[in-house]
Amino acid sequence: MSGGVIVMLFVALAALAPALAPYAPLRGQLSERLQEPSAAHWFGTDELGRDVLSRVLYGARISLQIQVAAVGLALVLGTALGVVAGYIGRWPDMLIMRVVDIMMAFPGIFLALAIIAALGTGLGNVILASAIFLVPQFARVVRGSVLTLKEKEFVEAARALGEDDVTIVMRYLLPNSLAPIIVQTSLRMATVLLTASGLSFLGLGVQPPSPEWGAMLSNARAYMITAPHVATMPGLAIMLVVLGFNLLGDGLRDALDPRLRE
Amino acid sequence: MSVSCPGALLGSLVGISLPIFWLGLLAVLIFSVKLRWLPAGGSGTFAHLILPALVLGAASSAVIARTTRASMLEVLRQDYVRTARAKGVSDRLVVYRHALGNAMIPILTVFGLEFGYNLGGAVLTETVFSLPGVGRLIVEGIFARDYPVVQGALLVVATTFVLVNLLTDIAYAFFDPRIRYD
Repeated sequence: MSGGVIVMLFVALAALAPALAPYAPLRGQLSERLQEPSAAHWFGTDELGRDVLSRVLYGARISLQIQVAAVGLALVLGTALGVVAGYIGRWPDMLIMRVVDIMMAFPGIFLALAIIAALGTGLGNVILASAIFLVPQFARVVRGSVLTLKEKEFVEAARALGEDDVTIVMRYLLPNSLAPIIVQTSLRMATVLLTASGLSFLGLGVQPPSPEWGAMLSNARAYMITAPHVATMPGLAIMLVVLGFNLLGDGLRDALDPRLRE
Repeated sequence: MSVSCPGALLGSLVGISLPIFWLGLLAVLIFSVKLRWLPAGGSGTFAHLILPALVLGAASSAVIARTTRASMLEVLRQDYVRTARAKGVSDRLVVYRHALGNAMIPILTVFGLEFGYNLGGAVLTETVFSLPGVGRLIVEGIFARDYPVVQGALLVVATTFVLVNLLTDIAYAFFDPRIRYD
């Protein structure tokens, strides 16, 4: 489960960034701009003389914040919607599923873009846009799980014992749906990172001088010919973290999927 | 096939993890800046299309590779595949004739979806390569509150997407003789 290792490394680096970063991420020495990677600056410096390594480390904190907040929000909202749709059925189900279908019909990044257009840029709005972007996925997964479990005998037994709906959902349906929810959580953390850094790349997400990885890549475009190292490091960071979450999600799915246990 | 080749498996996993704008930047770095083979942006000649096409294709192909692998795993577990192998059919024939055709349906679905995704959602690639594409048009329309532009562009994209889905559905019938449209 190398994905887990990568994720833990990412979280550790993000949490310890202030201790580990050799330089302040926002303060630049203009006399040292665009230096190649060297002993003093392991990843080199960017166009304003800021140490790239420190910016990458602090960027990890920002990315982690965005991911946790967005996925957490989407998890709560999506699970609530999925439970309502799956358990109650009939017109709430239809209504919620139509809305989910509409949201999933937007190609790629457009839904998040549209939300940013309505709300404006900045960290909070990126989190909100990413969360809304993820809600359909969670809602679908939870609804599927609830639909399957609703028909099982232990639910019937609980009803016969007089348990009310809320208890049934909280005590029986949700705990048994944990496996797909956990898998989705890990995979969606990866999606959020890609979406948020994509938005920042377009200039619509976290604003400079915040060291968000997508924004760093966008700034680096102008200096590709003279200083390519400024572009490679943040992108590599994004790729590795996304890879870590994807590996983790895949590993969890293989481990938790009852069909593959033969 | 990525079913048995761990290198392809890792490659496709890396592929879906790549931020597409970074892949574009790297491609520009390697092919335009270092090797000077291809232009870095703009439009006009065929050469201008090669890099963006490769980048978009690489990202989509990773998704399709993963779906293919999952689908093939399902199909190769079936009894008729075992029969074919027991009959002594060579591995290559088993994979290409018996298994792949039956595995195609989910692959076709993903292909259609990826096509639609790339139609409208290639904003990031278009930004990297400075291509005046539909994606950027829609984004700029949204930000300029220019709703007729957004409506028109979305209509075109949606129509093309529906046509692609129609072709995908027809292709289903070609691969699975049980599906017939009356």
